[in-house]
Amino acid sequence: MAKADIDVKYVAELARIELPEERFAAIEKDLLNIVDYIAELSEVDVTGVEPTAHAAALSNVWREDASRDSGLREAMLANAPALVNGFLVKVSKVLPGEESN
Amino acid sequence: MADKLNCKTVHELSEGLAQKRWSSVEIVQDCLDAVRSGDDRIHAFLKIDAEDVLREAALADERRAAGRARSAYDGIPVGIKDNIAVRGATVSCASKLLENVVSPYDAAAVVNLRARGFIPFGRLNMDEFAMGSSCENSAFGRTMNPRDVSRVPGGSSGGSAAAVAADFVPAALGSDTGGSIRQPAAFCGVVGLKPTYGRVSRFGLVAFASSLDQIGPLAKDVVDAGIIFDAVSGRDPNDSTCLPLDPSDTASAAGEGARTRSLNGLVFGMPKEYFSGPLSPGVEKVMEQAVSQIKAMGGKIVDVSLPHTKYAVAVYYIIATAEASANLARFDAVRYGRRVDGADLVDTYFKSRGAGFGQEVIRRILLGTYVLSSGYYDAYYLRAQKVRTLIRRDFAEAYKQCDLLLTPVTPAPAFKFGEKSDPLQMYLSDIFTIALNLSGQCGISVPAGTDEATGMPVGVQFLAPELEEDRLLRAAAAFEAVRG
Repeated sequence: MAKADIDVKYVAELARIELPEERFAAIEKDLLNIVDYIAELSEVDVTGVEPTAHAAALSNVWREDASRDSGLREAMLANAPALVNGFLVKVSKVLPGEESN
Repeated sequence: MADKLNCKTVHELSEGLAQKRWSSVEIVQDCLDAVRSGDDRIHAFLKIDAEDVLREAALADERRAAGRARSAYDGIPVGIKDNIAVRGATVSCASKLLENVVSPYDAAAVVNLRARGFIPFGRLNMDEFAMGSSCENSAFGRTMNPRDVSRVPGGSSGGSAAAVAADFVPAALGSDTGGSIRQPAAFCGVVGLKPTYGRVSRFGLVAFASSLDQIGPLAKDVVDAGIIFDAVSGRDPNDSTCLPLDPSDTASAAGEGARTRSLNGLVFGMPKEYFSGPLSPGVEKVMEQAVSQIKAMGGKIVDVSLPHTKYAVAVYYIIATAEASANLARFDAVRYGRRVDGADLVDTYFKSRGAGFGQEVIRRILLGTYVLSSGYYDAYYLRAQKVRTLIRRDFAEAYKQCDLLLTPVTPAPAFKFGEKSDPLQMYLSDIFTIALNLSGQCGISVPAGTDEATGMPVGVQFLAPELEEDRLLRAAAAFEAVRG
């Protein structure tokens, strides 16, 4: 594996986290330190080894595809930061140029 | 304090309730008093609704008086880690982002506890989103180790371990993704069980790394750990990764172990790779004593090898952070959570997440995002999943030569606050606990001695193959009974 480089600004954008620019350097140093360490996996011979995605040997657990009333609507909506008409979750404008709300 | 009910085990409380020596209200009142007088010093709890738990206790007493007790444990309080949902209580995961989020429902584990009459008692502090090994990452202040308040209680279930060690509650639920039950149990001198992956439903447990997370008990002794595990285990249609099995009955096995005090015929494997790195003298000494005790009890010790041990930390921090970056993507402060309004919706996501997540959570989300990002997936995530297969095979091979594994829980006893400021050093302290989450099997941390240099408790870890909790708890209870 080539020596890693990490563009913190780009990764933070992918993760949708706003970070003050003055923290980039410190975060980059921490991440590089960890990435250097995990790069030791490159020395393991994994030829022909299947990946393990899960510890439990379960596959295709089905349930009936039917709707049901959880009875939790009000309790769920009570956590919303802002509501419109008591049942729509209010958010900022989604598309550029659109009127807010 | 010895006569106070908060100091008793779950099985002692259950006997006394049956004999009408005390009531549930008296138990809960003693726990509340203990928290009131002692938690300023420890800060194990984020919140307790005293009125609610006393009301639940009164209802339990009524049921028992009417001959309708839900189980032998009806009316016994159990502390709940703040990432496990309890209806009507906040479920903040010790994060600013979720500070005021109230759970509309009970986690399956809590439903199961209530079905047996256990009373969910308070919200226990933790590392934010269960990411940490010291409880220093809580957004609401750290928890102190009851044995020495200048030292960490461990993490991430640090509040759960401290609350049991400080006699605030007889037992508590925690969650274990890489050692988050077993390590704080060892640091605080209590018992901590990580069940086999899939034995306890994760429905209502806020997800950190879904292929590793498992709910389990922290308790004063092995029998209690069995009682709480039995209560929460079993199939759940709401969690497709929960195994379709009946609830366990490990408390009987543990009780039998505690009575017979024998390890006759059991073979304990000691993985040589676990003893090749630095161990503190105190931990080394306690391990030696444990080995002699096991031999004296009729157990046999053999050397085994887990050749891929040195890669476990790397595999874990790739898989766990990758899964965390996906799981924590849901926290966008739209339907719940603390919102910081931005210019548009996407900007609101950026601002809310930037302001709401703590430093370690951001570090792990970024690491997980990086290892999953285009061009790196094969080198990191896919390769880690393959090495995970090799780690699982190591365990399967080892169990051909032994019934259980015996290892340290941590390289050293509880460290001081601020001692491990480098994230990688903190991650490396999880070396003995994380392989178990990668392999999916069960393990328990049991107090085994004291470190002479610091006076802090030291635990040993027993591991068993998947679904062998009976074997695990029988042996652990026998060991505990003889150690006293």
